[in-house]
Amino acid sequence: MDAGGHLLVARALAGVPAGARVRVVGTDPHLLVHLKAWGRAEGHTVAGDVVVRGTAPDQRLAGATRAGGPGVVDHPPRSWGLAARGSVVEAGGPDLPVVDLDRKAEVWTELAPKLYAQAAAGQWDPATAVDWSAPCDVPVEVEAAVVQVMTYLIENEQAALMVPARFLGRIHPHFREVVQFLATQIADEARHVEVFTRRAGRCGSQLGVSGSGGRASLQTLLDEPEWATASFLLSALGEGTFLSLLSFLEEWAPDPVTRQISRLALQDEARHVAFALGHIGEHLAAEPELRDRLRRAVLRRHDALLTTSGLAPAVHDALVVLAAGSWERDAIAAGWGRVQRLQADMDEGRRRRLVRLGFGEAEAAELSALHTRNFM
Amino acid sequence: MTSSVLLGAVAYDPKVVTIWDGFRAWFGERDLAFDYVLYSNYERQVQELAGGRIDVAWNSPLAWVRTRRMAPRARAVAMRDTDRDLSSVVVVRADSPATSVSDLAGATVGTGAVDSPQATLLPLRLLDGTDVRVHRFEVGVGLHGDHIGGERAAAEALRDGRVDAACMIDANHLLFAKEGVLPAGATRVIAQTSPYDHCNMSVVNADVDRFVELLLGMDYADPAVRPLLDLEGLTRWLPGRTSGYAQLEAAVDAVGFYSQGGEVTAAGYHV
Repeated sequence: MDAGGHLLVARALAGVPAGARVRVVGTDPHLLVHLKAWGRAEGHTVAGDVVVRGTAPDQRLAGATRAGGPGVVDHPPRSWGLAARGSVVEAGGPDLPVVDLDRKAEVWTELAPKLYAQAAAGQWDPATAVDWSAPCDVPVEVEAAVVQVMTYLIENEQAALMVPARFLGRIHPHFREVVQFLATQIADEARHVEVFTRRAGRCGSQLGVSGSGGRASLQTLLDEPEWATASFLLSALGEGTFLSLLSFLEEWAPDPVTRQISRLALQDEARHVAFALGHIGEHLAAEPELRDRLRRAVLRRHDALLTTSGLAPAVHDALVVLAAGSWERDAIAAGWGRVQRLQADMDEGRRRRLVRLGFGEAEAAELSALHTRNFM
Repeated sequence: MTSSVLLGAVAYDPKVVTIWDGFRAWFGERDLAFDYVLYSNYERQVQELAGGRIDVAWNSPLAWVRTRRMAPRARAVAMRDTDRDLSSVVVVRADSPATSVSDLAGATVGTGAVDSPQATLLPLRLLDGTDVRVHRFEVGVGLHGDHIGGERAAAEALRDGRVDAACMIDANHLLFAKEGVLPAGATRVIAQTSPYDHCNMSVVNADVDRFVELLLGMDYADPAVRPLLDLEGLTRWLPGRTSGYAQLEAAVDAVGFYSQGGEVTAAGYHV
């Protein structure tokens, strides 16, 4: 009994009803001493080598419920706590009061399992996925533009990390694929912060300017209290806009490192956007009134940022120089045009995603126009 | 609410507060005005029960023996299922030449604290007539062995070769194996007491019928009360009985632990 034998006894007792007698035989000289002590603690009656099964094992699972599974339920109780979906939950454990995001309609998307699997498989290693050995041969003034863009990207990705992090611990563990996906989203942003930071400093430059308007814009994301609207503003609109930006950076990058990290970040952000469109779309289907809250969130954010400057001129100009590739007059003109087209692409992408979420064309155009000038 | 019940319990572990706070709330939901006071040792608790300042004492077996001597009308009204038919053992290392207690003549035997029924008073009766040196591990004196620190220290001393034998309750011989203090196969039991009973709810004069009724009605299937039962170490409360204390009464008399009137007369026992 002191070397695992109790498992055999418990197994034998599990197969008989309360009141049944099980004789235990063994060669351990302490068997009867330990059998009596063990049985007493477990609620069985022991006389010599005979154990009369008690009722305690059955009573322990009285009132136990299975925590849903294999699919998700509409409104898992907080009493299921951290219990795995589908497990048998013994009654009497602690509630999980922090998980106020506990309705399927507001957090779930049928895409979650697939997107999580893709995310888990797509966790590239910043150290090896990028060829950091590439020479620093970008002209100094263009390098400065790249560094400024990286400076801007870092703080935006930081916000994109913090927003889902705020909500992650509030989502009921029953929706584990959603929790898991958001964990990968946070890990993705952590990698983005790392590679953008590393690119900014790899050729010896100090980082560029962090504009107050940009930080004000990002702050409104952090302040957004509701999960659906925060995800809408951050991912559906903001990261959706960033898909265009990262694609632009990949196309016009003056060096292979910038190109590679833009491509890698782009494939991650695409997943984030897909997830947001998935869960917001399904939430809208279940609760059409959400559309009004999404609309008001855009308007509220726009009003809050009316007095701010939006995208720092340094960032906008850096994008022009980066796209230009040089400070030659004609190159700058070409770069300017490319940034104009970028912004048109961003607008078109936002409108398309808004229509996909069920907004009318006209309203989609209006809301897209009200999106923050800071892109995210 | 019905008339109140004031229970005394000894604070041998911080969990005692959790246990009785929980039970207090459970009793309150069933209209029993219940409260509890904590004591640092059983001797004061027994005095308070005998003096009528508490209605019921959650007593150790030794405290029950003293209560009965101070207040002959005392009753044991309830006990845990795990308080019935325990035994203590005398243990040696597996490579010891001793196969019975008579082989321990001249040996050193480790026990729990002076006031531990299960690790000192009862198992030492098995060594009556054998010339042994007793090394008591005085941990938690006043707690009547509830704090198993003394028992564990004796077991460690046995493991480390500082004593030749050690006394402990049967459940702790199993526990110490699981903890690795006395790994499986490292020791042999050479003597075992007859079964005896342990703690009980002791009452002198008070009417605690409703309290007992509620105790006996506690259901292990009830998720509200099961965690408390787990903490207190039982699966159900049973009616009290006094048939299991004869060994301890004899042990108390043999060493002069208490007088017939319930005075503390044990040598070297101070709380």
